[in-house]
Amino acid sequence: MLNLLDRLMLEKVADLHEIPQGAYNIRKNGQGVQKNTTANIDIINKKDKPGIDVIVKPYTKGESIHIPVIVTEENITDLVYNTFEIGEYADVVVVAGCGIHNTGSRKSQHDGIHNFFVRKGAKLKYVEKHYGQGEGRGEKILNPKTVIEAEEGAVVELELIQIRGIDKTKRDTEIRLQDKARLLITERLLTSGEQEAESNIVVELSGADSSAQIISRSVAQDHSRQIFYFDLVGSNKCRGHIQCDAIIMHKAQVLSTPKISAYHDEGQLIHEAAIGRIESEQLIKLMSLGLTEKEAEETILQGFLK
Amino acid sequence: MLELQGVSFETEGDNGTEILNNIDLKLLDKKIYVITGPNGGGKSTLAKIVMGINNPTAGKILLNGQDITNCNITERARLGIGYAFQHPPRFKGLKVGELLRMSAANNPEKVNPYDLLHDVGLCAQDYINRDVDSGLSGGEMKRIEIATVLARNLQVAVFDEPEAGIDLWSFQKLAETFRNIHLKYETTIIIISHQERILELADEIILLVNGRISQKSEKEKILSLILQNNGCLCSTKCEKGVGQSAQFVG
Ligand SMILES: Nc1ncnc2c1ncn2[C@@H]1O[C@H](COP(=O)(O)OP(=O)(O)O)[C@@H](O)[C@H]1O
Ligand SMILES: [Mg+2]
Repeated sequence: MLNLLDRLMLEKVADLHEIPQGAYNIRKNGQGVQKNTTANIDIINKKDKPGIDVIVKPYTKGESIHIPVIVTEENITDLVYNTFEIGEYADVVVVAGCGIHNTGSRKSQHDGIHNFFVRKGAKLKYVEKHYGQGEGRGEKILNPKTVIEAEEGAVVELELIQIRGIDKTKRDTEIRLQDKARLLITERLLTSGEQEAESNIVVELSGADSSAQIISRSVAQDHSRQIFYFDLVGSNKCRGHIQCDAIIMHKAQVLSTPKISAYHDEGQLIHEAAIGRIESEQLIKLMSLGLTEKEAEETILQGFLK
Repeated sequence: MLELQGVSFETEGDNGTEILNNIDLKLLDKKIYVITGPNGGGKSTLAKIVMGINNPTAGKILLNGQDITNCNITERARLGIGYAFQHPPRFKGLKVGELLRMSAANNPEKVNPYDLLHDVGLCAQDYINRDVDSGLSGGEMKRIEIATVLARNLQVAVFDEPEAGIDLWSFQKLAETFRNIHLKYETTIIIISHQERILELADEIILLVNGRISQKSEKEKILSLILQNNGCLCSTKCEKGVGQSAQFVG
């Protein structure tokens, strides 16, 4: 069962104060500990490997699925495969947070491999939050891989959030959009200390009139390092836009490679990328309202990552 | 009361140029001062020296008799100095309403952000939840910037070319708003402007040319001087802006 620490972790990664309403599957230290299904959403444990199949019936509307993962022990490497079948014209929210609490000296690692099939006309909002705490030297590592197939007219929204706490993360996201499918990815990342984060996103706009937008904002502090690689591949009549913006501070490093590849003369692809310090004019403006330099900096970063 | 005593400002570096030269000013409570003069004359530099953004290379600044020359921006803000930027910065992810609430945070009077927007000629419902970012036009940014200063109960408020980018209709509203500040507060108001309608609001007009105060007087005198001069405020004598060694093309 869930103790106080587990509940805290759940709150951080899934904004859950209580056991969630609707369908859920809570995984703790490499094992499923609690789950719930609804009339429209089934969750089945995989037989051949660790993980679950989540099956959302066609036309299911307004339901949510929470699949938080918490790791509270050191020396754990948890690998899980989850498959999601979002039925035709369904409209659901999937919240998949991962929280690691490691007070030990050995590493805790969770690697989640998520496969989504978003069927014709369905809407999916997928939120993935990462959170780590614990003073120990043991590294907290998260390597999620997300593969999404969006069928005709599907609408997919991804929110990827990691604010401090995770020492190492490598996030791979691969998405294929069929005819008229639409995609919006918002990524928010803050690294500090010696943390390293890598995010690779490849979106294939293979359907006619498909569209994709990636908005990535990150803050790199102290000695942390961030690596971004985004590729929008247009092989049909499509529209795509990448905006990545990074604030760099202290001795941090940010390497950003936005790439756009067109294989069709009606592919319209744009990328914008910027890395820079906090603008001094912004700091001065807020200080002239009575904020200290530190307060001004925090206000600017908070807004930027909101 | 704000006093500047022998304030000078030079740019840094080996061959620093002088931007302000020995400025003396005594600016009283509950008065409106308009600083005008040609581009590059040093008006914004003077405003930044008052706010503490630039530090004078010589001279002293006193607020109600207290020497604030060594106070930083935050300290001056807390002592009641405010500055509406000529070129206000934009903020990604910060909402107009949040910025205004932050601005009004230390005002003991209850301030309604909706009223503030109305005072600068913006329809509050349309703007309160918008981000203060590149989605706003130059004129909209300027008005929100002015509102951040109007939000506060200030000893000294400096507005740097508030009219820039603002349409004529909103401008009328703005002039009225400046006039109304003194219904509520004792603020010393300094407006940097070239607009006749703003010049008319002035208790005193200060003409700043080449880093020096070349005239400080009742507004009638300056207004007629500016009109007589036909717009030419060149540093050396000239005929309608044409220098003696001017070269002609064509
Ligand atoms: N930090 C600076 N370094 C170098 N030159 C500056 C700096 N700030 C202002 N100046 C110069 O000082 C002069 C006065 O500028 P400013 O105060 O902005 O004029 P105004 O506001 O009257 O148009 C201009 O020639 C400008 O280029
Ligand atoms: Mg100026």
